[in-house]
Amino acid sequence: MPVLIDETTTFIVQGITGREAVNLTRECLDYGKGAKIVGGVTPGRLGRDVHGVPVFDTVAQAVEHHGSPIDGSVVTVPPSFTKDAVFEAIENGVKLVVIVTERIPRGDVAQMVELASERGVRIIGPNCLGIIVPDVVKMGGIGGPAKDAAKSYTPGPVGVISRSGGMTTEMSSTLTAAGLGQSTAVSIGGDAIIGSTYAELMPLFEADPETEAIVIYTEPGGRMEAELARWVTENKSRLPIVAFMAGRFMDEMPGMSFGHAGTIVEGKEDTASEKIARLAEAGIVVAGEIAEIPGIVRDRMGAAV
Amino acid sequence: MTNALFIAVEVDDPVATNPGMAAKLEEVCPVDIFRATLAGVEIVPENLDECVLCELCINAVPVGAVRVIKLYSGQTLPA
Amino acid sequence: MRFFEYESRAIVAKAGIPMTKHGLAKTADEARRIAEQIAGPVVIKSQVLSGGRMKAGGVKFADTPDEAARHAEHILDLEIGGHMPRGVLVDSRAPVQHEYYAGVVWDGLRKRPVMLFSDMGGIDIEEVAEQHPDHVARRHFSTLRPFSDWQAKQLIASLGVSGSALNRLTPIVARLARLFLAYDMTLAEINPLGELEDGSFVALDAHMDMENEARPRQKALLHELGVGDEETRQAREPTPFELAGEQVDSQDHRGVAGNVTEFDGNLGLVIGAGGGSLTLFDAVRAHGGDPANYCEIGGNPSVRKACGLAKLVLQKPGVDKIAVMMSIVSNTRVDIVARGVIKACVELGYDPAEKIAIFRIPGAWEDEGFQILDRYGVEYADRSVSLHEAARRAVEKIQGPPAPAAV
Repeated sequence: MPVLIDETTTFIVQGITGREAVNLTRECLDYGKGAKIVGGVTPGRLGRDVHGVPVFDTVAQAVEHHGSPIDGSVVTVPPSFTKDAVFEAIENGVKLVVIVTERIPRGDVAQMVELASERGVRIIGPNCLGIIVPDVVKMGGIGGPAKDAAKSYTPGPVGVISRSGGMTTEMSSTLTAAGLGQSTAVSIGGDAIIGSTYAELMPLFEADPETEAIVIYTEPGGRMEAELARWVTENKSRLPIVAFMAGRFMDEMPGMSFGHAGTIVEGKEDTASEKIARLAEAGIVVAGEIAEIPGIVRDRMGAAV
Repeated sequence: MTNALFIAVEVDDPVATNPGMAAKLEEVCPVDIFRATLAGVEIVPENLDECVLCELCINAVPVGAVRVIKLYSGQTLPA
Repeated sequence: MRFFEYESRAIVAKAGIPMTKHGLAKTADEARRIAEQIAGPVVIKSQVLSGGRMKAGGVKFADTPDEAARHAEHILDLEIGGHMPRGVLVDSRAPVQHEYYAGVVWDGLRKRPVMLFSDMGGIDIEEVAEQHPDHVARRHFSTLRPFSDWQAKQLIASLGVSGSALNRLTPIVARLARLFLAYDMTLAEINPLGELEDGSFVALDAHMDMENEARPRQKALLHELGVGDEETRQAREPTPFELAGEQVDSQDHRGVAGNVTEFDGNLGLVIGAGGGSLTLFDAVRAHGGDPANYCEIGGNPSVRKACGLAKLVLQKPGVDKIAVMMSIVSNTRVDIVARGVIKACVELGYDPAEKIAIFRIPGAWEDEGFQILDRYGVEYADRSVSLHEAARRAVEKIQGPPAPAAV
């Protein structure tokens, strides 16, 4: 299967009766070959349905109704309930959890991630828009309503990984307009601690025969770009990588956070200029603007052949 | 252009003066454009431009009894 | 959010970590009284949210209460890093025989908290780590299982600390690790952690940062410390313009139109979303533009909110035009933002076609949005115009075409 999900992936939506979750459910059902959303969970709402998706009080009820293990869950519940919802999904056998919720304290995120790693579960997010395989399936609000998502995303050879949900679509749309489709695009989330970093997703893209290049969107804050640079160097990746770095102005404003919670600069290695240097050392081209990305990707793909 | 009004809503009299219809309109509108009173329904002018064109009000009443007008294009819903 | 030293000390004391006798003074007289109670040599420390207090003259030693009062009077009037102090801390000068360091931070890659311990306290830990890496011990710990003291013991012992020092340090570091998790800190640091001549240990200074996202659930602690909801405690105090932005954003719960930061340029920015704002702000500057502000729209705000934000920016002194730009939207609606920004212009008596340098928001409901923009004659761009190109057009409109490059 392609990276993370395909048309056979079954998932539930936790918090399905919320305003944004109702839209998200509609979008995923409508997009591509239609997502296999086998249930939704909102405590106290057993027996209702959202766009034909049955609603349950617990994840266990959803699994029982489905009759076999459920692959994934999209979690879109308020921040103070998110940890419990993710624990519930993990303990009921879900293997891929996409956390949409933002403003979750790091202590909670660390607990979710720790439990997930003990149970062999992958988390994407928090504070993310999810995963899309163009024309096939999407899991999360990524790209918006099906007809809008179809304008921005087309199938092709480029894997996209981004710390910004909106910029995942902006970059993919730019690639699409230049005739370069995407294999899978992942919005990994804008927080300081996230379930899956660039380097943790790279092996999946590396193993995916559809993927021939990677485009990433990065920001100041944290060390996951340095981790990616190290991964690429140590593993002699076959995939050319093109990066875009936003928030360069933040280097002049230490201690301030803009855009996403994760952009807070807490050490010398966290700045935009330091990250650009690290990425460049690993042979990752850092584009000055998004419009340059398709040209660089083409050059690098040509060079790799 | 000297004004910045984007949306107008018209409600036909039999609906406007029907307390049941008024309550329904107040309930369905996500941006509180309708207020139910004893006499029927009132339009809340300061919320008109929040209209998201969802047509829930249009679908809540007999065909054509509520009309949403886009002042910037002149188009009327339902078409 | 950052805490003042006196607050950090209160948190440390609450966790059961011993500390020197001290008090917070807001006047020279109060400083004198605290020094009298301490009845010995004291140190007077400025209470500002800024580093480099020592260098700036914000830390002074006194042997008598009178001297303490004199120093306090001076330090209370001393601005450090652009901040006036909240007060001065009057702290007893303990007979220290050795200084250690103990801290806890998050490791974003390992996704766990990490304890740091050093037998070279009193200086910046990053400096020690660089120059004397063998004097810094690190140990990650679980957030799922209760913290157990042996983890602190093993950390400290790994630097060769033994005897009674090890047994006295272990509970202090363990308590620091527990308070880090219990109070949602992003940094909990005792530096220096002093070993006194009698062999006991006390915190001589403490530095705590709490995660902003955790403020709602840490209300009890914040209330106890007297920290108000309005105190943002960012690297610099919010300006009135930024506070007005918060008010715009909090008028209803639909979406975001805020996160305003003030700059002093002439091009007002109404931009979004998170990553889009970062990209656009860079792009405006790359083209020689001079932004009046940073901000973020996202999550499908109401017309009222978009209008309020645009009005705020339009009314900022020195703003000639606004640029309304976002990365492709899937949740926020183009038509709703268009209504909001046009309303703002018209209600302030401006022609939207004149005041809006460019409108570049492609995506959800764009056809409806473009009809509105057409009607008011506002220049707009769809997704075929990149974020950088939109920023360039906005800058050119406000500054005229760039001067030909010198030959």
